[in-house]
Amino acid sequence: MALDQNQVRDIAELARLQIDETQLDDYQKNLSNILDLVDQLAAADTANVEPLAHPLDAVQRLRADQVSESNQREHFQQIAPATSEGYYLVPRVVE
Amino acid sequence: MEWEVVIGLEIHAQLATQSKIFSGASTAYGADANTQACAVDLGLPGVLPVFNEEALRMAVKFGLAIDAEIGKKSVFDRKNYFYPDLPKGYQTTQLHHPIVGIGHIDIELDDGTTKRINVTRAHLEEDAGKSVHEGFDGMSGIDLNRAGTPLIEIVSEPEMRSAKEAAAYFRKMHSIVTYLGICDGDLSQGSMRCDCNVSLRPKGQEEFGTRTEIKNVNSFRNVERAIEAEIARQMDILEDGGSIVQETRLYDADKNETRAMRSKEVANDYRYFPCPDLLPVIIDDNYIEAVRSTLPELPDAKRARFVKDHGLSTVDAAVLASDRSLADYFETVAHAANDYKLAANWVQGDVSAALNRLEIGIAQLPVSAEQLGRILQLIKDNTLNNGGAKEVFNALLEGKGDDTAASVDALVDSLGLKQVSDTGAIEAIVAQVLADNPKLVEGYLNTPEDKRAKAIGPFIGLTRKAAKGVNPQVVMDVLKKKLSELG
Repeated sequence: MALDQNQVRDIAELARLQIDETQLDDYQKNLSNILDLVDQLAAADTANVEPLAHPLDAVQRLRADQVSESNQREHFQQIAPATSEGYYLVPRVVE
Repeated sequence: MEWEVVIGLEIHAQLATQSKIFSGASTAYGADANTQACAVDLGLPGVLPVFNEEALRMAVKFGLAIDAEIGKKSVFDRKNYFYPDLPKGYQTTQLHHPIVGIGHIDIELDDGTTKRINVTRAHLEEDAGKSVHEGFDGMSGIDLNRAGTPLIEIVSEPEMRSAKEAAAYFRKMHSIVTYLGICDGDLSQGSMRCDCNVSLRPKGQEEFGTRTEIKNVNSFRNVERAIEAEIARQMDILEDGGSIVQETRLYDADKNETRAMRSKEVANDYRYFPCPDLLPVIIDDNYIEAVRSTLPELPDAKRARFVKDHGLSTVDAAVLASDRSLADYFETVAHAANDYKLAANWVQGDVSAALNRLEIGIAQLPVSAEQLGRILQLIKDNTLNNGGAKEVFNALLEGKGDDTAASVDALVDSLGLKQVSDTGAIEAIVAQVLADNPKLVEGYLNTPEDKRAKAIGPFIGLTRKAAKGVNPQVVMDVLKKKLSELG
């Protein structure tokens, strides 16, 4: 499956990745190659195969509904670029 | 042209767990910002989510209550998007294998009929955090306490045909989840929120029109008003020959209008995939049956029982059954009094009035169900008349007495409300009243026979004033007898 350059731009936008216009060709080629590789999977006969939700043949374990975490705000906020009154601060976002 | 309205709702209900869906942080409302956001909720590297068994149990309980298929194998997926209140960069939700499949509920329409609304699915997911845009000097503040709170998203089929039906559906869902005890139902705290999908199509046309989605409506009244406003807007556009743009809108309650949210330049593509950190959730029939055995009587069944077994009117039964704590209060009173109709009158009369006046819920009412039950017992055995009963009720409302049923009896004594039914005692009081009011007696005797029923009123008042708690029926009988003896 070949991607065009606009699709590459869209994917970068969705992933919040900045890409250099001069590299568009490379990305387009490399990503298309990866998708071609994935396309080979489509050739496999999966008529009688149940879709797999997880590679491990195991079942989710559950935890009891108990509060086990204490307030570690100060600790966590040490690595935040900006905080105020307990809030994490980010560039203004308004819908 | 005649248009048909098509509405589907997506309701998010917060599950009433102690801890979050994938972490051991508290879900309590109203804490200081970020004091209940742990490493898992913050999406720090290396953390692993572990699913909360109570969230699972609650979701299954909901599914059974709406007669739905339960997903014996359900899978968590990642819905990817970037927003600061979602630190992981994805929301953990369920796409292809939700915990609850197709189900249904019945809503009551204004004309007294019911309509079945099908539920497409309900899935488990985590809530995001909260952004605050004011007060941070051009920045946005992020509080992640709510991040990871368990939600169940209930998706209806597009089967509602008016704003009223949509509001009735939302109310019914609220009633069901609060009955089940899986959601506290507090709309003011955002415990239930609703996205409304609205479209119009020419009547008779099978194909749906283009829909818009009104996001995050959080009251019964606003669901109805927001949808009405959106229907009017769409109809104006269509009548003018325009076309509807599929978009997300917000309802402004002050202006009573919907407006478009700023649309993103690039269409969102959530790139769902199964969450590698969480394994499939498998449950068996034993588990499902064990949960089924914990289902309480649900509002429809309770309403029907109130009508069938206890002779309440359908309107009374609907009001009393709509809210579980109100219904529980009512039934405790009715049991104690052994009289459902008397209890229904009191709960819908004096109790409702008190709740409205004091702006409290039934849980905060100072008069317990046991106490009101005792009051009604005393009415039934003629110890109290209606006026005396109200006086005791009001005294309890004002905080007099303790919270035991026995304090009702103590108040009846201390307020001197015990009804005098002893004819001899009442005769003496009436004789005194007549002797003290010769002019009134004369006036009565001059009243023509057919108007005397009304003229007896002042004597009743005077007698009851002279001796609080006299049985009004006995007073009436004695008065009639004594007055007729006079002429």
